[in-house]
Amino acid sequence: MPPFPVTRHSIVAAIRSERTEVRRSAFDALVQAYWKPVFKYVRLKWHASPDEAADLTQAFFLRAFEKDFFASFDPARARFRTFLRTCLDRFVANARQAEGRLKRGGGAIVVPIDLPEAERELQLQARNAVTDFDAFFHREWLRSLFATAAAQLCDACAARGRPQRFAMFEQYDLAADEGERPSYGELARRFGVSATDVTNELAAARREFRRLVLAALRDQCATDEEFAAESRALGA
Amino acid sequence: MISEAALDRLAGMLRAPDLSGTRYEIVAELGRGGMGIVYLARDTALDREIALKIVDRGAAGTRSDSLDALAHEARILARLEHPGIVPVHDFGELPDGRVYYAMKRVRGERFDRWLAAGRDLADSLTVFLRICDAVAFAHAHAVVHRDLKPENVMIGEFGEVLVLDWGIARTANREPNNQNPEPKNQNREPKNQNQEPKNQNQEPKNQNQEPENQNPEPRTPNPEPIVGTPAYMSPEQRAGAAVDHRADIYALGVMLDALGGPASVAAIAAKARADDPAGRYQSVQELAADVQRFLSGRRVGAHREPLVDRVQRIYRRHRVPILLVLTYLAARVLLLWIGGI
Repeated sequence: MPPFPVTRHSIVAAIRSERTEVRRSAFDALVQAYWKPVFKYVRLKWHASPDEAADLTQAFFLRAFEKDFFASFDPARARFRTFLRTCLDRFVANARQAEGRLKRGGGAIVVPIDLPEAERELQLQARNAVTDFDAFFHREWLRSLFATAAAQLCDACAARGRPQRFAMFEQYDLAADEGERPSYGELARRFGVSATDVTNELAAARREFRRLVLAALRDQCATDEEFAAESRALGA
Repeated sequence: MISEAALDRLAGMLRAPDLSGTRYEIVAELGRGGMGIVYLARDTALDREIALKIVDRGAAGTRSDSLDALAHEARILARLEHPGIVPVHDFGELPDGRVYYAMKRVRGERFDRWLAAGRDLADSLTVFLRICDAVAFAHAHAVVHRDLKPENVMIGEFGEVLVLDWGIARTANREPNNQNPEPKNQNREPKNQNQEPKNQNQEPKNQNQEPENQNPEPRTPNPEPIVGTPAYMSPEQRAGAAVDHRADIYALGVMLDALGGPASVAAIAAKARADDPAGRYQSVQELAADVQRFLSGRRVGAHREPLVDRVQRIYRRHRVPILLVLTYLAARVLLLWIGGI
């Protein structure tokens, strides 16, 4: 344990750092949080093919890194997410005009696009026609935020020797449909524990999940005010 | 991938308060407002239902703001031990960082809804006097409610009358042992007078400042943030000027006016809601005394009644002895008349 608490800098603050390695690290985290919302948004809003959307996503983050797109972000004027989407729209519009000259980068920023996975998700979502792209982008960002927190929760539970805790959370709180959700009694039978244990395990998992979501959210906000507004929007 | 259903479920989970490690369990949501939510909860230690007011840390700006705001309200309620004011049982912080206080769960009907059922004027005025009792008690403890209205009064199952929602009340004295009485957030929007009822215990709004008791002259030089419900706000409150207990008297006047009644009741209401605080009753007790005089058929101080009205009032008040005397006199006249035949 370090003698003093380590100061956490938000990703948004770090991407404006003058130190390249700090910026690069922050960008990697930013890409992790946003690549899927950006990819899906480009696919649907800009009617891009899967390959074109993947190229535009890669090129967008690369250009943002090289040209310091986000340096002009002013937390007093907008949420970072809104600012990023505005930059993205402008970038895609310009890229379409200069078709065929997309810079795919030389490894400065690598976007880990999992094309099959993203496409599979889009197929599942295709049932709902998108009319409000702002809301769509927000929802995809939220999905990415929750997915990241769920993955971290899985790791944390495993590290503490409590994989069962995450398994219960996964089966109950991450169930795809209401019909798939087991009752507490059913969960107790599956895991060979009492219903009280299920209650306690789920409460602990949810508490940790909430903490992870808020920590990730704080990382993605530039100021306390933005974090307060974002957590209020989440209701957390 | 996190499905749509799971996404909504997780978002809902984040909104719900984390009560683990406390003695409370959420039963249902009772109402919500600008800064927080009131839940019906179960106190598992004492096996009873309570109301739990929980403020979202983001809702009041910073976490410190919301903590201060709720601490302020809880401490005000805690100092006001009166049958007409909801008692606070507990105050604390949840594991998720939100702050809460637990209070008695009040069952009953809001005053405005109670009135809507059509009530006898005497019954309505009796309730009004009970409201005056609670407000006068608060004033005696240097607390000004600042948002009195029928929606903030509950008529209990057994006729008890409770004044609720002390979220924007202001205290007069910074007492030495009152460590954290003044919230920092002073920029809340005033509540809409037509807003949806919040059930019994409601959300905090804004709070503030300084002292006042029953001194007729406002003592606070600092401008006030404009908070309250417009239809019940006194001119000085609407203007953001310093307010004292007479702002509550104004609101009581508006409430009294809505009860209807003869000219003398209207005159009491008119005096209570005078534009100039100096023209109002200078204490709730004075206002209540005038209402009490009306109820007992005596002349009210706020009303100069015409002779006919005065005779009628005296007749109504002393109907039996007057009728007895008149009967006696009529009988004597009749006997004299018979004796003269």
